Amino acid sequence: MDEEEKLGKQQVARRAFLGCLGGAVAGSAITVTAGAVLPKQALAAVATTGNAARAPVVTNHAPSKPKWAFGVDATKCIGCLRCVEACKLENEVALDAHHFRTWVERYVYLDGEDEPRIDSQADPVNIAASGSEAKYRFANRYRDAKVDKAFFIPKLCNHCTHPACVQVCPTGATFQTEDGVVVIDHTYCIGCQYCVQACPYGARFFNAEKRVTDKCTWCYHRITKGLQPACVEVCPVGARVFGDRNDKQSPISQFLANNRVAVLKPETGNAPNVFYVGIDKDVS
Amino acid sequence: MDHLFTAATFTGYTYPNETVFAWGVLIVVYPYLTGLVAGAFTISSMYQVFGMQRFKPVAHFALLTSLCCMIFVPTPLLLHLGHPERAFNAVFTPHWSSAMAMFGYFAGFYVILLMLESWFVFRPYAVGQAQLRKGLLGLFYRVVTLGSYDVSDEAMRYDRKWIFALSIIGFPAAIGLHGYVGFLFGSLKSREWWSSDLMPVIFLFSAIISGAALLIILYVLSCKLRKVPIDVECVKGIGYTLWGFLMFALLLEGVEFANLVYKGREGIDIILQFVSTRLLIPFFVLQFGVGAVMPLIILSYMFWRGTAGKKLVAGVTASACLVLFNVLMMRFNVVIGGQEIAKTGKGLLVFPWEIFGREGVLAAASVLFAPFLLLLVAVRLFPPWEDHPNALSH
Repeated sequence: MDEEEKLGKQQVARRAFLGCLGGAVAGSAITVTAGAVLPKQALAAVATTGNAARAPVVTNHAPSKPKWAFGVDATKCIGCLRCVEACKLENEVALDAHHFRTWVERYVYLDGEDEPRIDSQADPVNIAASGSEAKYRFANRYRDAKVDKAFFIPKLCNHCTHPACVQVCPTGATFQTEDGVVVIDHTYCIGCQYCVQACPYGARFFNAEKRVTDKCTWCYHRITKGLQPACVEVCPVGARVFGDRNDKQSPISQFLANNRVAVLKPETGNAPNVFYVGIDKDVS
Repeated sequence: MDHLFTAATFTGYTYPNETVFAWGVLIVVYPYLTGLVAGAFTISSMYQVFGMQRFKPVAHFALLTSLCCMIFVPTPLLLHLGHPERAFNAVFTPHWSSAMAMFGYFAGFYVILLMLESWFVFRPYAVGQAQLRKGLLGLFYRVVTLGSYDVSDEAMRYDRKWIFALSIIGFPAAIGLHGYVGFLFGSLKSREWWSSDLMPVIFLFSAIISGAALLIILYVLSCKLRKVPIDVECVKGIGYTLWGFLMFALLLEGVEFANLVYKGREGIDIILQFVSTRLLIPFFVLQFGVGAVMPLIILSYMFWRGTAGKKLVAGVTASACLVLFNVLMMRFNVVIGGQEIAKTGKGLLVFPWEIFGREGVLAAASVLFAPFLLLLVAVRLFPPWEDHPNALSH
């Protein structure tokens, strides 16, 4: 090996080393940035993975690229409430009847009645039927009645394009990520609950243990790793659809292309990003 | 596990998360106290800005009342916050689109303004006491003077200029402060009960009447306690103010409700159901009937008949008590009533009363009465009375 060749190899090696170093610096910078933006939970999920080789490739997630959206095909929902259960477990939501990141509403039109009878899994009758606030089921309370029409409507945070909750947050602790998800920085929230008041959908609640507000994040810790939100993952009938609107082949793009969709309370101007198929005039 | 929350019972359909009330009685006290601040300052301005001499006996007292209430305005909010230790996040890194983020600035500005004006008003008295007294109290007054012992005519003229300027700034600031509180509620589109363009104006007028009413009561009470004759002309003057603004407040509240009903937008059914059942007594009977119409009738009758003397004082004071109650009921019916109507527009919740605890009735009542304990101390340290033997104030 002559001197010139040796020098060339050394330069290549140095470049590779610098490249690695640069990558590492960029990686940690992204992690630090993520620390500022991601919910604590997402970071905890990364941190607890332990084995670096098997760790999900969070750094590959470019928040500017996807435009997340959620679809609900209410005509498919069977009210099994596995979504509610999965969400509670995945996101460590209090196992009581007053704190939900997602819930399911049941609309029942009885014969001779104009208005629907509405309940959710949190209704005392349904809790009595399940036996516990931590177990979810719809009681068969209309067994003896003549039902004209009935359907289920899954609900969750609408991750609005113009979120009223973000607008009113005095500290900016709740904000919209570049990929369109509305999240809360639990380390910065002061717990004033102005956002809880401002949300027209009742999607927010006060996390009494952490003393901050809380809500659905579309499982941001999962979707940034290429996974589906827990509720979508467990839905046995495919009533919940999630994906990237920028990817024309994604389930949500297909859902939006193939269906005429509606959003909840469009008059608020919040421009929700949860799109529904099969809702009714009485659903709000 | 500790008791973390109290869930509300409900009828009809409410979103599951709504069963825990976000705001309790502390948030009723917050706009109430702010209203007293704005109202008391308005009365003070009647003399300081508009030069109305009949308000002179209460002008300085009104200023002290305003200051004492303002000092406690942040307390209900701090008690309510999940993380009060992070309260300054809203001040240091404010989110500009949030009305609430402005609170720290508004409150801070107003406390400073009130302290500054009070300092100028009571400086001559403090100077006199600093030279007269020894010991701790003497030291206190010496600190209060901030080393400014000049009470010459020229210095007094200079002080008066400052007081006038601060009052000129303070008056619109007081109006703005309370209009802002109304905006906090009125700007939320999530609740039909709150979402009204009239809300800031309604809050403003109710603030002025609450401050005027409070001053009537405190002034009469102070005269009784000090065993000095009541300045009937002064009471009559505030009575007129109360009467005039009460008409506006009542009209605006009535118009707002009429608008809500007349427009009959989505959710009106549940609102009508609410006001005709559970809110019937708190809203129509107590707030409108007892709290607004009755004092309006009493005051109108007395002014029409030319009632004078003790009877006038008694009538005006009784009306003032009713108005104070009216405004408290109005705050309650807005803050709690608004949350009792489910966002679904298809259900009603029942507010779960809590007596003890950080956000309970006892805590709220303590916060509500604390300013008056402070005022009791303040009037001893800085007597705002014209007839005080050592009175040496502007």
